[in-house]
Order: sequence, then structure tokens, then C-alpha cells
Amino acid sequence: MTAIFFVYSAYVWTAGTEAPQHAAPTEQVMRGQALYQDNNCMACHQFYGLGGYMGPDLTNVVSRMGPDYARAFLIAGTERMPDFGLNQQQMDDIIAFLEFVDTMGVYESPEYEFKWYGTVVAKND
Amino acid sequence: MTEAVAGKNLVGLRFLMMGTAALALGVVFGVIGGFQFLYPGFLEALSFTSTRPLHVSLVVSWIFLAAVGGVYYYLPNKVGLPLWSDRLPRWHFWIFLVTGLAILGHYLAGKFGGREYFEYPAMLSVPIVLSWLLFGINYFKTAFRHARQWPVYLWMWGTGIFFFMFTFLEAHLWLLPFFRDNMVREITVQWKSYGALTGSWNMMVYGTAIFVTGKIAGSEKVAHSKLAFAMYFLGLAGLMFGWAHHTYLVPSEPWIRHLAYAVSMSELIILFKILWDWRGTVDCHKRNAHCNAYRFFVAADYWILLNVLLAIAISVPAFNLITHGTHVTVAHSMGTTIGINTMILLGSVYYVIREELPMTVRAACSKKVSFGFWTTNVALLVFFSSLVMAGMVKGLFDGGAFQQMMMEIRPYLVVFAASGVVLMLGLWVLLYQAFKQLWKILEANRHVGDAKVEAKPLPA
Ligand code: HEC
Repeated sequence: MTAIFFVYSAYVWTAGTEAPQHAAPTEQVMRGQALYQDNNCMACHQFYGLGGYMGPDLTNVVSRMGPDYARAFLIAGTERMPDFGLNQQQMDDIIAFLEFVDTMGVYESPEYEFKWYGTVVAKND
Repeated sequence: MTEAVAGKNLVGLRFLMMGTAALALGVVFGVIGGFQFLYPGFLEALSFTSTRPLHVSLVVSWIFLAAVGGVYYYLPNKVGLPLWSDRLPRWHFWIFLVTGLAILGHYLAGKFGGREYFEYPAMLSVPIVLSWLLFGINYFKTAFRHARQWPVYLWMWGTGIFFFMFTFLEAHLWLLPFFRDNMVREITVQWKSYGALTGSWNMMVYGTAIFVTGKIAGSEKVAHSKLAFAMYFLGLAGLMFGWAHHTYLVPSEPWIRHLAYAVSMSELIILFKILWDWRGTVDCHKRNAHCNAYRFFVAADYWILLNVLLAIAISVPAFNLITHGTHVTVAHSMGTTIGINTMILLGSVYYVIREELPMTVRAACSKKVSFGFWTTNVALLVFFSSLVMAGMVKGLFDGGAFQQMMMEIRPYLVVFAASGVVLMLGLWVLLYQAFKQLWKILEANRHVGDAKVEAKPLPA
């Protein structure tokens, strides 16, 4: 059983998740990803539903709402989302990263979602 | 098999103490996080980006530390297998403690690595891998001294140890460009590893349950039974292929999710049956002797039943339509980690205490422990129900603005947060009692130190 598992793991790591149509991330995207991680955006946001539930899933936020919409949240935060004090360059980098994530796939979600503890999450509206 | 033991090895107790401290602190951050969800301005000095990882890391540490401490204690003192090395556990302890404090410091300072479960900078994973390696080497070197066929708990512990190492490394594959550059691969592998992570700690916890309940009943029969091994293989299959608890949101074929669900639920149903049958085999005398520990296993059994019922309900498509993507899922994860895992591990801790302090710990149930036990369980029931209710209300809500829905569900979330406070207080009573008594044991045995344990083979 363990042997099957290793073969299976190797498959998932390689052929099972091949995405040939996809370009490698640029320098800017990598910087954006680092910023996303350093600021622990994941504590409140998800990609493909994975992450914290306080804020909405960000997988397709750019194509759904547009980059300017996303940027608006980064500029000053909201009541619930902190202001991270990012400069223009850093915001550009994060948006580039979110765009990169967006082109990777579509995460379907219900019309609106109501995350645990009561945060309302706008979906496809 | 060797059984009679001369001398003692109490290094495991240090892990149990660290574990109880971690849980006592971890629930505080859980409560703070809960209130921050309801009231965004709550305790602004401590950002939610810090409280969340503080809570998750500390409570997950509790599960691992309590399981690891049990293994270090049981092998030499109760299984009759002296540890291969007495020095490695000390290294393990100190590396883990120092790394743990460094991780907490990073969270408090707002320095993150920003990955689910491992929200600290990735460098700090290196000492964790190292300490786990020391544990793993020691475990397998020790367990291979077991002459005859391994009882199921040795398999479960070993499997948990091996797969934690594997899954922990797998969770760090994103550091390699080959994974990082492909978002689909990166996220899929991350999910896969987290599924096995839950599976690996469940293995260690269920192994502990079967071991301790066998000891209380005074029989190894279950640990060699077909039923227990069936449970082991189901758990292993779930760990490997179920991607256990993280698949609900993956847009995969429904049957894949249902299969994974069926596997992990059958595992729980078997554990339920094992514990249920076990109660019948524990006579009055043994039950009294281990009163403090006994009831935690009984509580775990009821929590298994509740969680299985909930899971079955969710699996029925009509119910699933209502409960999908709601707090019901959260109820399930809280019900299993607190109701099942924590009850079993507290049972294990109180079993160790009773074994080491037979003179001070009275045979009957201690009043303080009873108080903590009932407070915790009743609060958990309210906590669990409020999540289920919130999820149902959300699921049944038809149309309308979501602000309106938020108002409708808010009362349940207030009950949830309030019962969280009571739950914390109940756990504190239990953890404080345990910590105090573990401390007492270590004090009383200071002269013994961690003396070499000599195993005498039992006459065949
Ligand atoms: C403390 C929790 C928290 C953290 C941390 C956080 N956010 Fe948010 N974010 C929210 C919430 C909540 C919303 C929804 C708006 C609201 O309710 O205020 C949101 C909304 C957004 C939106 C708009 C999404 C939509 O679909 O409407 C974007 C984009 C966003 N955040 C990006 C980020 C990025 C990038 C980071 C990290 C630098 C981050 N957030 C960190 C809580 C957080």
C-alpha cells in the first residue's frame, strides 16, 4: 500500500498537475507572492477555499471585480481588513500576483457565502 | 515480550506538561479570535493575523505533544521497551521548545511565512524536522526491540510518525520552483499534504486510545484484534488517498468526496465500537481505580457518535444542500479535534498521573477534575450545537440580502463565542490539575532522573 502511495504521490506532483498552457511567474509575481505571505493575507483569505474565513476567496477576484477594485482594499483596508501600509510598487506586485493566480483556474463558489463567525462574502454579484 | 520494568523513564512527562501549557494558552487566542470575528475592533493591539496562527499552532502542538509524550512514557514504562536512546528525547524536547517559542515570537511580532498551518517563516521548519527525526529514529529503534507481532498501537504510532515526516516535507515542496511556478500543482500538493497531516495525528491519537484503554481493562486482546487492524488499514487508506479533511472545497467529482468521507467515517465507527465494547470489559474495580481517565474515553465515545451522526447527515445529498459551505463544517472539525482527540489525550494524561501517583490521587473521581470535565463537555455541546444551528440557518436562508442573513445568524455566533469562553475555563481546570500533578511527579522522582530502564523478559 505504501508503494502505491509513493507512485501516486509522484503522479500528483508531476503529470497529475501539469499546466502546460501556463506561463512561469514573472519577477513581479514572485515579489507579490512574497508580500502576500509576509503579510499573512492567508489568515483571512482563501485560494480555492483554502485559508482563513474572515474575508472572501481571492482566487478570481481580479477577473470578477477588476484590478482597481482589488487595489481599493489594499490602499486603506476596511473596517475588518487592516491597512498594511503598502507603497504603490508593493500594491502593483500584489495585484500582479493575484492576476497570476486568477489565470490559473476558476474557483466556483455559491452565489453568496456566509463565512463562519458571520463575515459576509460577496460572490459573483 | 518484555513487560516487567525496573526503574523509570519520565522524559515523556515533560512533553505532556508542555502540551497542557500549549493548549491552555492556545484556547485563549481562540477566544480572542472568536471575538475579533464578531467585533472587528476587539483587542486591536493583537491583529487577527497573529491570533489565528497563535491559536492554530498552539492547539495543534497540544495534540502532537500529548501524543508524543504518551509514546515516550508508555514504551519504557508500560510496554516494557526501554528507549533506544535516553538522550535524544531531551534534545527533541529542547529543540521543540526553543523553536516553538521562536515561532510564537514571530507571530507576536507580525513576522509571517504565510502558509496555512505553518504561518511562520519557513526556516523555522528546519529544527522541527530535526526534532521529529530524533523522535522517529528513537521510536523505530525502540519498537523493533519488540520481539513478537506488533500490537496495533505500535503500528499506529509508527505510521503516524512516518507520515507526519512525509507530509510535513511535502507541505514545504512549494519552496522549489518546480512546484511554486505552477499554482495548480502548488495548491493541489498543499491540500494533499494537509489531508495526510490530520490523518497522521489521528493515527497517533487513536493508537494512544487503544493502548490506554487496553491497559485500564488489563487486556491486550483488542490491540491484536482483527477489528483494530481493520481500523488501522482504513485510517491508512484515508490518510493516503482521502486528502481527508480538506477535500470538501475542491471542485472534484462528488463521488471522490463521498468515498473519502465513507472511509474516514468507517474508521470512526470502528473506534466507537471498540470503545463501546471496552466499557463492558472494565469492571467496577478498574473503573474506580482509573475514574479520572475512564470518563474521558467514555466522553470521546459519545463525541464520536455525535460526529458520525453529523457526518452522515452531511453526506445525505438533501442535507448536504443545506449544510454545504456553512458552519456545520466547522462544527465537525471542532467536534473531532476537541471532542474526540482532546478527550482521548486528556484520558491518557490522567491515566499517566494515576499510574505515577497512586498514593496521592484517590481512587475515586476527583472533584476538581469532575467539575472541569462536565464544564468542558457541556460547554462543548453548546459550542458545537450553536455552530450546527448557525450553519442550518444559513443553509435554509432563502434569498434576501446577506446583511439580513448575517443578522439572523448572529445570535448563534454570540452563543458560540460565549460558550467558547466557558469551554476555555473548563479546559483550564483540567489542564491546571494535570500540569500541577505532572510537576509533582517530576519533583518526587528527581533523584530517579531519567535513569536507564532495564527490561526483564517475562517468562514465556
Ligand atoms: C484581518 C483579516 C484580513 C487580512 C489579514 C487581509 N484581509 Fe483582505 N479583506 C478582509 C475582509 C473582511 C474583506 C471583505 C471586506 C470587508 O468586509 O471589509 C477583505 C477584502 C479584500 C479584497 C476584496 C475582495 C472581494 O472579493 O471583495 C481584496 C482584494 C483583499 N481583501 C486583499 C487582501 C490582501 C492582498 C491582503 C494581504 C496583504 C489582505 N487582503 C489581508 C480581511 C482581511
